[in-house]
Amino acid sequence: MTDTTLSPGAMAGGFADAPTQSAEGFRAILLALSRPGQIVSLTGAVPPAPMPVAAGVAALVLLDNTTPVHLAGALDCAAVRDWITFHTAAPLVCASEAVFAFGRWSDLAPVSRFAIGTPDYPDRAATLVVVTDRLDDAGATLRGPGIDGAARLSLPEIAAFRANRALFPLGFDTLLTCGDRLAGLPRSTRVEAA
Amino acid sequence: MSDYNFAYLDEQTKRMIRRAILKGVAVPGYQVPFASREMPMPYGWGTGGVQVTAACLTPGDTLKVIDQGADDTTNAVSIRKFFQRTAGVAVTESTAAATIIQTRHRIPETPLTEGQILVYQVPIPEPLRFLEPRETETRRMHALEDYGLMHVKLYEDIARNGAIATSYAYPVKVEGRYVMDPSPIPKFDNPKLSGSRALQVFGAGREQRIYAVPPYTDVVSLDFEDHPFEASKAPHACDLCGDDASYLDEVITDDSGGRMFVCSDTDHCAGRQAAGHRGRLSPQEDAA
Amino acid sequence: MYVAVKGGERAIDNAHAFLAEERRGDPAIPELTVAQIRAQMALAVNRVMAEGSLYDPDLAALAIKQSRGDLIEAIFLIRAYRTTLPRLGCSRPIDTGRMAAVRRVSATYKDLPGGQVLGPTFDYTHRLIDFALAAEGTAAQAPLASAPLGPVPRVTGFLDREGLIEDEPASEATPRDLTREPMELPADRALRLQALTRGDEGFILSLAYSSQRGYGRTHPFVGELRIGEVAVELDIPELGFAVEIGAITVTECETVNQFTGSRTQPPQFTRGYGLVFGQTERKAISMSLVDRALRWDELGEDNTGAPVQDQEFVLMHADNIQATGFLEHIKLPHYVDFQSELELVRRLRAGQQGAAE
Repeated sequence: MTDTTLSPGAMAGGFADAPTQSAEGFRAILLALSRPGQIVSLTGAVPPAPMPVAAGVAALVLLDNTTPVHLAGALDCAAVRDWITFHTAAPLVCASEAVFAFGRWSDLAPVSRFAIGTPDYPDRAATLVVVTDRLDDAGATLRGPGIDGAARLSLPEIAAFRANRALFPLGFDTLLTCGDRLAGLPRSTRVEAA
Repeated sequence: MSDYNFAYLDEQTKRMIRRAILKGVAVPGYQVPFASREMPMPYGWGTGGVQVTAACLTPGDTLKVIDQGADDTTNAVSIRKFFQRTAGVAVTESTAAATIIQTRHRIPETPLTEGQILVYQVPIPEPLRFLEPRETETRRMHALEDYGLMHVKLYEDIARNGAIATSYAYPVKVEGRYVMDPSPIPKFDNPKLSGSRALQVFGAGREQRIYAVPPYTDVVSLDFEDHPFEASKAPHACDLCGDDASYLDEVITDDSGGRMFVCSDTDHCAGRQAAGHRGRLSPQEDAA
Repeated sequence: MYVAVKGGERAIDNAHAFLAEERRGDPAIPELTVAQIRAQMALAVNRVMAEGSLYDPDLAALAIKQSRGDLIEAIFLIRAYRTTLPRLGCSRPIDTGRMAAVRRVSATYKDLPGGQVLGPTFDYTHRLIDFALAAEGTAAQAPLASAPLGPVPRVTGFLDREGLIEDEPASEATPRDLTREPMELPADRALRLQALTRGDEGFILSLAYSSQRGYGRTHPFVGELRIGEVAVELDIPELGFAVEIGAITVTECETVNQFTGSRTQPPQFTRGYGLVFGQTERKAISMSLVDRALRWDELGEDNTGAPVQDQEFVLMHADNIQATGFLEHIKLPHYVDFQSELELVRRLRAGQQGAAE
C-alpha cells in the first residue's frame, strides 16, 4: 500500500487487535441481525466523519477485497473512501454491484437499485448499512424470526421494508447505525406501523 | 499456541464465513454456499461446525462440545481440545454455563437460553439429496418451493410401513418456506428446533454450506394430517437418573440379552444424579 | 456394573503415542530421511504434491514419512497445511511450450520436430522383480544426451496451422479458484480442470478407462505427452516486469479427439487437456480423457448418460480428501441415530404383529 494520494488519517482508526475485535464486533452484529429490534454497541474503530463508529466497525468486520462496497451521499467523500480502501481493500462500486452499501437512508434511495439475490441464490443480496440520527426501541412494530412476539424499532420508513419483505426469500438486509449503536433488520422481518 | 491465528482460521477466512452466517440468519433454513477450508481434521468429522464455531468465538466465550449428547466422546474431546489450544477459550460440560455449544447429533435436554449459540455439525445439508442426488436439481426445487418429492417419499413410507420411517435427520420446514435438514439429530429432538431462545447455526464443511435458524423461529416437522409427527424415544427411563423424558442410549451389558438405558445427554444425567435422582441400576449408596 | 465411558482424552493421547511408535517401527533399522524419500520415492512425492495442490517436494516427502506411506493421509496433511498459507501473489501462466522436457512422446506422428524422447519411463521395462535392488546396489548410470532437449513445438500446433483442430483462443480472464470459492454447478472448463488435476488418481484413471471402454467414448489419441521443468514467473508491480521465482516440473498431456463437425463447424479434431504437478503421466493422460468427455455439451455430442460425461458426478466425487473423510466418518459414534432406528424398527414390528393377531 504505497499510494501517496490517501487522505491524511486514512491509516488511523483501525482495530488495534484485529482477531479479537473482529470477533467481538461480529458477535454483536450477529446478535443484532438474529434478534431484530435489539440494539447492540459496537466500538473499537474510529472511522472518519461522517461515518458513525458502529458503521466503521461493521466495515472492518465484514469487508475485504472480495466485497464490492457502495458509499452513498455524504459518506462518499475522500476521507471515508480512503479509510475503507486502506483498511479493507473493498472495491468501491455503484449501487447495483454492491455487496455492502453505506449511507443515510435518503441517500441510499431508491433501494430498488440494490441486489436482492436470485431465486437460486437468495444470499447474493446486498446488506445496507444505514446511518441514522435516531435509533431506539420505539416506532415500527417488528415480527418474525428472531423476535419473541413483537419488537419495536425506529425505522427511517416503513413502506420500503414492507415491500422488501414481500420479496422474501429475496431482498436486501439492513443494519441501522447511530453513533456506536447498531440494530439489524433482516429481510425476514415483517414491519408494521406502530 | 501462537503459531496460528485466534481460533485457527485466518481473518479473511473468518470474514467470509461470518458473511455467510449473516445471510443464513437473514434467510432462515436456506443453505448459503461458502468456501469451506481444509481443516486439520477430516471432512465428515465436524469441519463445518468447527469453521462456524471458529468464526463465532470470542476470547470471552465458554465452549461446550458434545457428540451423541456426551462431552466425553472422543471426537468431542478432540474438537474441544482444538479450540482450547487455538483460541484459549474456557470450556465447560455444563449446558447452562456455555455460551457456544458445538454439537453432533443431539440438542441438549436443558432448554437453551437467549444469547447462546448452538452450532451443528452437518454431514449432508440437503434434505432432498437422498431423493435427488443432483445439486442443480435440488437447488431449483428450493427456488420454486417445490417439495412434492419429499411429501411423496414420506407418503410412500406410510403406505409401506404404516408410519413415516424416518427416525433421525427428520426434515423440517422453517418459517413456512425452506425445507431444511436439521442434521442427524433423532426426531425426538425436532420440537426443540422451533421457538428456541438460542441461535442455531448449521455448518457442513465438505458440502460447503452454512444455514441458520434464528431464535424464536417457527420450525415444523413435515407430516400429514392423518399421520402427525411424533417425537418418539425408547419407552424406558434412564437407569442411572430415572428420567423418563430424556433421550436414551441403549447399552448392551452382557451376552445374554442384558441391557440398560442411560441418558444420551451426559450433563443432564450427571446433573440429575447430583440432585439426588436415582434410576433402576444406580450404584447403591454405601451404608454409613 | 456399567460405567459411562470416560477418559477420552487419555485414550486419544495414548493412541497417538502408539501411532508414533508404530510409525518409527523397529528402532534397530535406520530411520528414513526426508531426503531419501524425496529422492527415491519421487513418484509418490509427485502424487502427493499434485493431489495436495502444493508444489513442495520436501514437505510432500515429510508428509509421506509422517503418514507411514499412506499417500491419501499425506495429501491430507499437505492440504491442511496449504490452506493456512498466505497468498503472496499470483504467478503468470506457466508456458509449457518453453518446457525443458525430459520426456516427450507423440502417438500421432512417427517423427516430428524435437523427436520422440522416451526419458525416464517404465514403459518398456519388463516387469520382473529386480532382486539386485534388494542388495545395496551401486547406482545405475544413464548415458547423457549430446545436448539437452530445448523447447520443442507442440503437436497441436501442427494441426492448428492446418485448421484441423479446434481453435482454443487464449484468455486473459482470471480463472475462478476452486479453493477460495464454493463449487458452483455447472462449472466452466477452468474450474473442471482444477478439480481434475487435484482429484484422486485412481478415480480419474477409472473414469478415463470407462470412457475408453465405451461409456462416453471420445476416440482419443495422445497427441503429445511432455514432462519437464517450466519457469514460474511473478509480475512485480513495483518493477514493472515479471521475475522468475523458480521452476517446477509438470506433466502435460494433450489428446487429439475426433469430432464429426456440426452445422457451424467443419469436421475437425478436438482437444482434451491434462496438466499435473510433477512426473505424473498416468494422471495427466487420464485427466485429458476425462476433460474431453466432460465437453460433450459444448461440442454438441450426445449425452449417453455415462458417468464420465456427468460433471456433477465427476466433480463432486473426485476429491479423495472429501471422499475419505466422509467415508471414514461412519466409524464415529452413531449410537443416537442407531437408537432411533432401533426404536422405530421395534415399533413397526410390534405394530405388524399386533395387526396379525
